[in-house]
Amino acid sequence: MNLLGLVNYWAFIILMMIGLYILLSRGNLIKKMVGLSVFQTAVFIMYISMGKVQGGTAPILMNGDVAYSNPLPHVLILTAIVVGVATTAVGLSLIVRIHEAYGTIEEDEIQIEDFGT
Amino acid sequence: MEDKIIIRVGAKTLIPFIMVFALYVQFHGDYGPGGGFQAGVIFAAGFILYGLIFGVDMAKKVLPLSVAWLFGSAGVLIFAGVGVVTLLLGGDFLDYSVLAHDPEHGQHWGILLVELGVLTTVFGVMISIFYSFAGRRGLGT
Amino acid sequence: MLVLTALALLKLNNLFAVAMLAGIYSLLSAALFTVMDAVDVAFTEAAVGAGISTVLMLGCIALVGQTSKQPPKPAFLPLFVVFVTGGMLVYGTLDIPPYGDPDNPVHHHVADYYLEDSSHDIGIPNVVTSVLASYRGYDTMGETTVIFAAMVGVLLLLVQSPRRRGSYKDSSLKSSYHNSSDNHSMHSTSEDDSYPGDN
Repeated sequence: MNLLGLVNYWAFIILMMIGLYILLSRGNLIKKMVGLSVFQTAVFIMYISMGKVQGGTAPILMNGDVAYSNPLPHVLILTAIVVGVATTAVGLSLIVRIHEAYGTIEEDEIQIEDFGT
Repeated sequence: MEDKIIIRVGAKTLIPFIMVFALYVQFHGDYGPGGGFQAGVIFAAGFILYGLIFGVDMAKKVLPLSVAWLFGSAGVLIFAGVGVVTLLLGGDFLDYSVLAHDPEHGQHWGILLVELGVLTTVFGVMISIFYSFAGRRGLGT
Repeated sequence: MLVLTALALLKLNNLFAVAMLAGIYSLLSAALFTVMDAVDVAFTEAAVGAGISTVLMLGCIALVGQTSKQPPKPAFLPLFVVFVTGGMLVYGTLDIPPYGDPDNPVHHHVADYYLEDSSHDIGIPNVVTSVLASYRGYDTMGETTVIFAAMVGVLLLLVQSPRRRGSYKDSSLKSSYHNSSDNHSMHSTSEDDSYPGDN
């Protein structure tokens, strides 16, 4: 088994773990959104690295015998990035409304407002 | 930020180039990297720059929120409309080959129209999201 | 570099710096995408991730304030969950074929067809565009609808004038809320004009 070929995947796993940790451990809602986008980018990197062919080039057709990288992950991630920013915008607007209703964006303070504990 | 002359002049110089570059990205998307998504975002970025420098109220005079809203809806309509037209011309939904006499030209037309729809939607969506965030308290004024 | 930026994102409590670093993180990942031959994706990531989402973050921070609280104690349960997840993923990668091998099964499903036949099916050189707009047109239409839906959601949440919602139970919050809403009452009237049917 060639472990060196897998280092790339481990790098994205580390990024994903950091994103997940930010998401789970930080109480501030904006930091949660940032953690979510770190997580998201890690998944994008995984997809794109799967599409890479050694010695290949970008999938724009040229004359001659050239190896191209796989265009399918590129298409999927291209749309996923734009959808990602749309979901981020919805999340941030929810945060703005939460701030107007509760006066805070810290999770524990919101819980105190709700249940009084 | 309205009183900073360097920023004002710099932005005024940059904005036309940003918008022309967006159009280049849009129409050159067949031959190089680019396409409707990127072009829409860059076009919106030029506008957002205007809004940040001169204030959202000025930007709203140039392009009211309702117009941005209309753009966002019109793009989806163009996209789906191309699909309906191909249905009416006897093809499958979104099968562009029937749009012209030659299937290859039909594909060209289809891709051009669909990318236009994507550009319009992304532009309208980004602008209206920016307005609704910034208009909340007047960012940049 | 990416990992360092992500760790800095974890540590920082100033939200302004967090937003800026998130932009830098996006730009770095765009560079990584370019290295991995995904020029279209890199372009999008640089324009969207580093441009628009940073502006949106800043707009949101301008509305909700800049500092985040330091978490009171290191959270061990999330750390445990994260390491279990990471360990499982690393175990899963042991079966994945190595990076960049042209014989990987992922390259021989439909990608061969796209690369070989799109030049005479569609006749434009950029395979990503032809797959995006033609072969996977349904997909792209779905995505367009999704961002349209996101626009509708954001408009529903944010376009209403902030003044009308004053009926929250908690009185202390209500008073502070009213003080802040007076500052931008001028703004809300202008929005009311453009949206007469709202609310």
